[in-house]
Amino acid sequence: MGARTPLYQEHVNLGAKIVDFAGWDMPLHYGSQVEEHYKVRGEAGMFDVSHMTFVDLKGPRVREYLRFLLANNVDRLQTYGRALYTCMLNEQGGVVDDLIVYFLGETHFRMVVNAGTHDKDMAWIEQHAQPFDVDVSEITDVALLAVQGPQARDKVHTMLSDAQREKAAALAPFNAVEVEGFFISRTGYTGEDGYEVMIPAGQAVEFWRGLHENGVYPVGLGARDTLRLEAGMDLYSADMDETTTPLEAGLKWTVAWEPPERNFIGREALEPQYNATPARKLVGLILDDRGVLRGHQRVIVDGEAVGEVTSGSFSPTLGKAIAFARVPYDVEDNVLVEMRGKQLPARVVKPPFVRHGKACFE
Amino acid sequence: MSDAPSHLRYTKSHEWIETVNDGTYRIGISDHAQDLLGDMVFVELPEVGQALNATDECAVVESVKAASDVYSPLSGEVVAVNEALADSPDLVNRDPYGDGWLFVVKASDESELGELMSAEQYVELSSDD
Repeated sequence: MGARTPLYQEHVNLGAKIVDFAGWDMPLHYGSQVEEHYKVRGEAGMFDVSHMTFVDLKGPRVREYLRFLLANNVDRLQTYGRALYTCMLNEQGGVVDDLIVYFLGETHFRMVVNAGTHDKDMAWIEQHAQPFDVDVSEITDVALLAVQGPQARDKVHTMLSDAQREKAAALAPFNAVEVEGFFISRTGYTGEDGYEVMIPAGQAVEFWRGLHENGVYPVGLGARDTLRLEAGMDLYSADMDETTTPLEAGLKWTVAWEPPERNFIGREALEPQYNATPARKLVGLILDDRGVLRGHQRVIVDGEAVGEVTSGSFSPTLGKAIAFARVPYDVEDNVLVEMRGKQLPARVVKPPFVRHGKACFE
Repeated sequence: MSDAPSHLRYTKSHEWIETVNDGTYRIGISDHAQDLLGDMVFVELPEVGQALNATDECAVVESVKAASDVYSPLSGEVVAVNEALADSPDLVNRDPYGDGWLFVVKASDESELGELMSAEQYVELSSDD
């Protein structure tokens, strides 16, 4: 038996197929992950992502610490509740994890990091916090629900108090607010509008059931993966890890080079890649033939295996397989992908594959 | 619990076999198999007229999770395939023993039927997965 979120029994009651994910018993789907995918694209779905790691960072020098710890620049965060997507790098420029950091005050920031990297992340965050006297504390008695889709915000509003609703409705994308014990963030991992709502563990079941009664569909990890892939969002450990830099993972936009005097972990190692071009890059692939692109399939150019699929799946929105693949920097247009003893042609494209519910490619 | 109708016979590799008439047999994959695989996205079927030997790989069902070979339970000739699966592979999920059938074989050696399992034996076997 793995760790369980406050909503575990709800998943079981809804007939979820439960799988192990990073030591947690999590719902893979509740019957059909393709159906769940469509619900998020067309209406509203909810995901239990309480297994993720939530960390509060406090102290007078917390901003200075995060300027050093993170590849993106927290000086971009100047107003309460503002969120920033960033990688946390090692000295070689490899990605320790990707995360969201929130500004809650000059002495208080909050980060949400991946479940699968919990132990190494906490050790890394704490190790580097010491010289800055930053207090690191994990938030454990909460649930996090991601409610996503074109109807998601309206559905969540029906579950909030007047004060919560007023503040939530006023949020711009990538901003959050804490009201009456709920931390409401206009963020997500699907490419749709919506919220991620952190609530006290004791109120999680009531909130989940209320949303369900209001027509929000439960969605498992299976659809979470196809939604983020269509939206062109990287998955840590599949699309990047400690052996790849953000520049090799399509995440150049998340590395803040200005101002040049800001020293962050990994900067020195990344400079040569930034000034020239990296040897490898992450691209999108679309397979027009029947078949499904999957992680670790080999990518062939001119008869040679030059790279591999980092994550792939069937895209319900496009009706064909899509993937990310890591290939040499000069690869363009078309490649072959090896699957089940065959080599099938795939188009090289720039993600996202789907934006605001609409396919970006045929 | 997945369902295994008692009028069908089964293989260890999760195919079911239904007697249609006079030496022809309809073949599909079990409810248990479709449940393990999850949402189907593509189904590749044999050609009508194709000759099969028992245990030949003759079809592929590909789901969001994995591609899986389908083995012919019987030797013989393919006399029909389920064309509807090209546009609606999810029929295999929604109705594995009905509209989600894969192909029909005219058997050349009916003694091979003796190798197949009853529903009871199949349920016992598949409960270990």
